[in-house]
Amino acid sequence: MTAETAKTGGPAAAPQDMPPAIELRGISKAFGPVQANKDINLTVARGSIHGIIGENGAGKSTLMSILYGFYKPDSGEIRINGTPIQITDSMTAIRAGIGMVFQHFKLVRNFTVLENIILGAEDGPMLRPSLARARTRLRELAEEYELQVDPDETIDELSVGHQQRVEILKALYRQADILILDEPTGVLTPAEADHLFRILNGLRDEGKTIILITHKLREIMEITDTVSVMRRGEMVASVRTAETSPEELAELMVGRKVLLEVDKSPAQPGTPVLEVRNLRLIDDEKVERIRGISFDIRAGEIVGIAGVSGNGQTQLLELLGGFPEKGAKVSGEILMNGQSLDLSGRRSDAATRRARGIGHVPEDRQDEGLIMDFAAWENVAFGYHNTPEYSNGIWLDRKAIRTDAEGKIERFDVRPPNPDLAARNFSGGNQQKIVVAREVERNPDLLLIGQPTRGVDIGAIEFIHKRIVELRDAGKAVLLVSVELDEIMSLSDRILVMFDGMIMGERDPETTTAGELGLLMAGVTDTPAEGAA
Amino acid sequence: MDFNTIIQILDSSVRLMTPLLLACLAGLYSERAGVFDIGLEGKMLMAAFSAATVAALTGNVWLGLAAGIAGSLALSLVHGVASITFRGNQLISGVAINFLASGLTVLLGQKIFGLGGRTPNLSGGARFSEIRLPFADQLRDVPVIGPIYADLISGHTILVYVAFLCVPATWWLLYRTRFGLRLRAVGENPASVDTAGVSVTRLRYAAVAICGVLCGLAGAYLATGLSAGFVKEMTAGRGFIALAALIFAKWTPWGALFATFLFGLLEAIANRYPNLEIGPVTIPSMFMNALPYILTVIILAGFVGRAIPPRAGGEPYVKER
Repeated sequence: MTAETAKTGGPAAAPQDMPPAIELRGISKAFGPVQANKDINLTVARGSIHGIIGENGAGKSTLMSILYGFYKPDSGEIRINGTPIQITDSMTAIRAGIGMVFQHFKLVRNFTVLENIILGAEDGPMLRPSLARARTRLRELAEEYELQVDPDETIDELSVGHQQRVEILKALYRQADILILDEPTGVLTPAEADHLFRILNGLRDEGKTIILITHKLREIMEITDTVSVMRRGEMVASVRTAETSPEELAELMVGRKVLLEVDKSPAQPGTPVLEVRNLRLIDDEKVERIRGISFDIRAGEIVGIAGVSGNGQTQLLELLGGFPEKGAKVSGEILMNGQSLDLSGRRSDAATRRARGIGHVPEDRQDEGLIMDFAAWENVAFGYHNTPEYSNGIWLDRKAIRTDAEGKIERFDVRPPNPDLAARNFSGGNQQKIVVAREVERNPDLLLIGQPTRGVDIGAIEFIHKRIVELRDAGKAVLLVSVELDEIMSLSDRILVMFDGMIMGERDPETTTAGELGLLMAGVTDTPAEGAA
Repeated sequence: MDFNTIIQILDSSVRLMTPLLLACLAGLYSERAGVFDIGLEGKMLMAAFSAATVAALTGNVWLGLAAGIAGSLALSLVHGVASITFRGNQLISGVAINFLASGLTVLLGQKIFGLGGRTPNLSGGARFSEIRLPFADQLRDVPVIGPIYADLISGHTILVYVAFLCVPATWWLLYRTRFGLRLRAVGENPASVDTAGVSVTRLRYAAVAICGVLCGLAGAYLATGLSAGFVKEMTAGRGFIALAALIFAKWTPWGALFATFLFGLLEAIANRYPNLEIGPVTIPSMFMNALPYILTVIILAGFVGRAIPPRAGGEPYVKER
């Protein structure tokens, strides 16, 4: 922790009378019924690195898009260096000295570095003089900030880390004083990330203000001077990094809410249903998303995977469910009921997984769990539409599917109980009930369930939890992935914590605390605790 | 085949390729900016009709040319509003423009002239006349260079020279100017242009407008340069051939010149030798006339190597969160 304390000398040394680089007052923004930002206040001192942390969908990116002129806030005021300013478009933001490095780079892939740098910041109608000046300036910037890139290389030829440097150079070329980076390390290797942090420290020392958006606690602790936490569109805290801890930040991020009591008896675990051995997954951007994990799930138990989202849980669920991201390389072994699963070959598809007794309630129900424009009764059959009870091999038995759908709708209390209604027209909770009904009533040996209650109202949460426990009591195995710590703690029989593609440790929900899990979720190395199963 | 025949065929190729070249460059501007345009055909047809009509009514070919450009621009604007402002499907908008032009030209033509959709034959000041370049006659007798200069290079209408000048001009504009850089960027990754603070909408409208002007020139040339008046469906698929040439050209101006020359040459050969005899086999004229279209199919089927279209082509730009 000494390093962080030393670093905070930076902003403290700034003259007291200098207005903050950025001041947001009461910023609100709604997209339809979704309140993405609610009355946000934020102050960032000049010459500091400020972290904004929060889960996916907490409203971080929306806030930064407002600052960069992508969205107009519904209300609120923005001050840059003490002056109120209306940021109506990106040009205004650039003129105000704001530069943004987006998560998905905004580069023209078949242009050279130099062309990308000058695009939109040309000196005149002719290209040659602009290119010449940019070349000189680029050399200066490269020396000043360790930002070496070959100016004549096309973007396609560059590594992701170098592409990011081009984005930073673009902002600096436009004389940005305030640099916003949205999840900058998501696509970087650890070495590239370290290099990036050196660059950012160098920029800070030159008096630039940097905003770092991330959901990785380690990065916040490592590099920021101050940090703000967002949750569900609200700014819940702004603190000095030196005066906080990963546990506190994790707690602020995930949020405490009413602990839902789940009525369940102790688990009666049987034989292993799923055995995962040394599983690795490298995605097509060459980032290792799963780094050699091993675990078992036995019949009659719920294993919960806790973790801040983006630490490999999604990839694990998709891989088990039979639809890993395109281009992903998988190694290791998975046994299902003692027999190995095909991980990358012809029989690694979702249909085969279902046939092997793996049911899946995907994390993203709107994209992966349902077809939003299709009726509820059709959605009830998806994935199982070739099974004998729904189909004779050529024709769907519409009558059988409908009858079955009506039964599921009744048993799962889907409202309104109308099988002809398109999935889109149900509320989030009722959409989720349709998916859960489809998967649970198949009675799978293993149920994969991701974020079962995201965006689901309290009543439906309780109902869905009950069904999961019932499935367990029927002797089935359940793998639960959730970013809701309360849900993990109340529902699981065992808890595994994932961080950065690894399992940091296993805990017994009866004896562990949210604080302890929070530490593991933040990547603080596991020390064997009493009571671990 | 003697030298003179070759010169004549090439001369004919130049005339025939001109509308293709103009339309191909028109498509190049539009598609390089990310707006697919299968309405080239319709715009040319509309331009041919308005140019011939105004030229016939006023007897002034320059007014005809202006009207041709205006007619084509009007349809470009429709395409722009549909596909840029309202983010509609660019293919559907293009198809609609083709149908619109096809019906409207015949309808209006019949209403104005009562000749079954044709315009009266144009003559004199209502047509573009051939330009004799200086010293054409004096140089005619110099071997080789003489006929090339006097017959091949000299003696075309002004629009032919304009079309050929458009090639280096387009190259220069695309690769040497700020506008060109932005235009190419907006067709590859509009978000990069948008985040740089430049209006995607304005750039795309500019490209679509240039496309309209060039189609206007192409159509006007068809009706007042190549032929002497408007005939129903006189574009005869040239807009689509231009699109195929654009793919063949891999969206580059010099490539467009080469590709359209190839099509022009085929058409010229077909015109010259309706029943080509190769040894004992006589190739029927129908086949010869179909050659440009057959080549189009071959090109579109991808037999000419990998052509990478502008990455953002065909997709309306929506700001993402």
